[in-house]
Amino acid sequence: MTGKFDIRSWTCPLPLQNYPTIVMGHGSGGKMMSDLIRHMFLPLLENEALIQLGDAAVLEIDPGNTRVSRLAFTTDSFVVHPLVFPGGNIGDLAVYGTVNDLAMTGARPLYLSAGFILEEGLPMDLLGQITTTFASAAEIAGVQVVTGDTKVVNKGHGDGLYINTTGIGLIPPGIEIAPSNAQVGDAVIVSGTIGDHGMAIMSIREGLEFETQITSDTAPLHELVETMLAASMEIHCLRDATRGGLAAALNELAKSSNLGITFEEGAVPLQPAVIAACEMLGMDPFYVANEGKLVAMVQGEMAEEVLAAMHSHPLGQEAAIIGQVVAEHPGLVVSKTNIGGSRVVDLPAGELLPRIC
Amino acid sequence: MCLGIPGKVIEIYQANDMIMGKVDFGGVIKEACLEFIPDIRVGEYTIIHVGFGISKLDEEEAMRTLEMLREMEMLADELPELNQGLSA
Amino acid sequence: MKYLDEYRDGELTRKLLAEIRQTVTQPWKIMEVCGGQTHSIIKSGLDQLLPPEIDLIHGPGCPVCVTPLELIDKAIALASRPDIIFTSYGDMLRVPGSDRDLFSVKAAGGDVRIVYSPLDALKIAQQNPHKMVVFFGIGFETTAPANAMAVLQAKNQGIENFAMLVSHVTVPPAITAILESPQVQVNAFLAAGHVCTVMGYWEYEALVGKYRVPVIVMGFEPVDIARAILMCVQQLENGEARVENAYARSVEQAGNLPAQSIIKQVFETTDRAWRGIGVIPESGYRLKDTFQQYDAELRFPEIQVINPHESSLCISGLILQGLKKPNECPAFGKECTPQSPLGATMVSSEGACAAYYQYGRYTSSLEK
Repeated sequence: MTGKFDIRSWTCPLPLQNYPTIVMGHGSGGKMMSDLIRHMFLPLLENEALIQLGDAAVLEIDPGNTRVSRLAFTTDSFVVHPLVFPGGNIGDLAVYGTVNDLAMTGARPLYLSAGFILEEGLPMDLLGQITTTFASAAEIAGVQVVTGDTKVVNKGHGDGLYINTTGIGLIPPGIEIAPSNAQVGDAVIVSGTIGDHGMAIMSIREGLEFETQITSDTAPLHELVETMLAASMEIHCLRDATRGGLAAALNELAKSSNLGITFEEGAVPLQPAVIAACEMLGMDPFYVANEGKLVAMVQGEMAEEVLAAMHSHPLGQEAAIIGQVVAEHPGLVVSKTNIGGSRVVDLPAGELLPRIC
Repeated sequence: MCLGIPGKVIEIYQANDMIMGKVDFGGVIKEACLEFIPDIRVGEYTIIHVGFGISKLDEEEAMRTLEMLREMEMLADELPELNQGLSA
Repeated sequence: MKYLDEYRDGELTRKLLAEIRQTVTQPWKIMEVCGGQTHSIIKSGLDQLLPPEIDLIHGPGCPVCVTPLELIDKAIALASRPDIIFTSYGDMLRVPGSDRDLFSVKAAGGDVRIVYSPLDALKIAQQNPHKMVVFFGIGFETTAPANAMAVLQAKNQGIENFAMLVSHVTVPPAITAILESPQVQVNAFLAAGHVCTVMGYWEYEALVGKYRVPVIVMGFEPVDIARAILMCVQQLENGEARVENAYARSVEQAGNLPAQSIIKQVFETTDRAWRGIGVIPESGYRLKDTFQQYDAELRFPEIQVINPHESSLCISGLILQGLKKPNECPAFGKECTPQSPLGATMVSSEGACAAYYQYGRYTSSLEK
């Protein structure tokens, strides 16, 4: 990270330190907004393209490569509340979330844009903390934030901060990964313990708080994907399991491919504390959100090799084969329970709510 | 109804004239009201429902029953293997 | 998790199931009273592994499902007021009232907050002295002591801006009503383990004496459930009718006396309407006169509910009495899904319809 956020060192005609919180003027396109950009965002995100401050960034993509690769292009919006949670904040969530969307196509993520929608009254210190994390995450993920936008909304009209991103990356030739590409006999692999992010958020949610070591698993997955592809190109589907949890990811893949999925509940990696938290609140861990986990459908014969490759990467150490793609019950995900029964694992109905019954 | 989860009492104190405690569910610790199980001690287990201990778990009884059930397995072992999976 | 994992032991459960198959010689209808038990049975797939002679009937033990429509509508009316912070257990948020649910009130800007414990609702009242905090006090006897404690604490600490919308129901009158009903034929009951933890099971002796049906106090995990069903079937096959306790690690015959004492201190028995079933005499709790000031219906008499109306397609009453299975309802899975529920049994996570839908019991066999 190049710049460091320190409000005391700013020296500009209208010192930003006069404003401990965001006010409407910061979004009106004038001097105040210009100062905010120059003194808050630029020093932290500094790169050649961004400092041009043009409307759009002009980027050299893979110079010297005469075969034009395919472009992966994504957009995402981050509205998480609270803004800061155990293991991260909306800043790294936004970067890794976007990077992961790209990584699920097999792309190498390259550039991000960032639109910050700030609520009047947002403390400057907090914005600084989040932007620092945002910049640091971009560096860790090896992507550049090359263009941005800033808006301010009236107090009461935005949860402190919303971030919208787009991301682009390049897909090397020969990679054919798509939700509809699953084949009968594919192994279903999950990259690690599930439910961590959702329960980390739950642990600080008003009215439900509890003490725990659970932290969000927010992380960039593109290098893990590269490691997997190096072991085998027969990776047919990838999905990052975010909102809706493992169940949503599996269901989406089953429906896109119009095939069935079966998996063993006992094979799904779960941290004991996450299990305990889910039991206490009456929630099913298969529906709890993740931010650094992926589901892969891999050609059956290559599954063990891909798994071994995953185990060699820090983000895949607890990866496990949990099931397979089948021709039966197309579009449905069915699990085998640990007593030998079975149940359909459907898409979650809506927001996951704690229960007493 | 009645989601009740076993947890270990790790701390007991008074608050607002009620016996309160911290209960460990295995990596998750939450405060609970122990007014209905006033003779519970630190280290013992309780069933927690909506933030209240509703019973002190009888650990000896639990062990006894599990042992008895496991021994019962011997008889069932002679039976044909239960057909697992979907049964119509 | 200790004292949970051991009772989820797959091998032990399968052995118990084998023993059940070995024991059963004729058809039996067994009702599990508690919605949490229904949920556990369907989620683990245990119902599929029982011999076909055993017909598990899912009882009305879902306080969310049986909360009268009128009370849901009152809750929605209260939650919509800007001067009220409406607090509730998570289960109630998606239960449909006459035309919407608490969740949509929240979405429209109502201050609706989920709490884990009724004491949390009290804390919110203390933190917001200029607003009124109303707590949706639902539940069976298991939850009654906790809800009672909140009211008692409000009185002892002089918290004036707190009231409870009471919707408590009790189990034994419902079981009696089922046994009295000519349409329902239940051979045995699996009693609710956590209700019995609070109330004990001495009340069932009279029931068993009069109606000659076995009653087994049952826990919630696959081993507990399989064991209780085995004990039940053994009694039935031997022509016996006794009360037995298959959840002794939590339940004693007398129950939890301090908890019962607080129920008696704060609540008194009253007639209650059960959604989909009708009024069952003396089957509910209401706040005693000394705690009248904490009764939300008395604090807000102006909240009138005009014309509560149920969906004409919904047969949840028949489901709750065990007369029909969810997948026998014509609207199941079509007009009525968890995303667009017509009745409470589809919304509540432990309603039979929701369990059947969520875990794929569209028909009696997944293979169709």
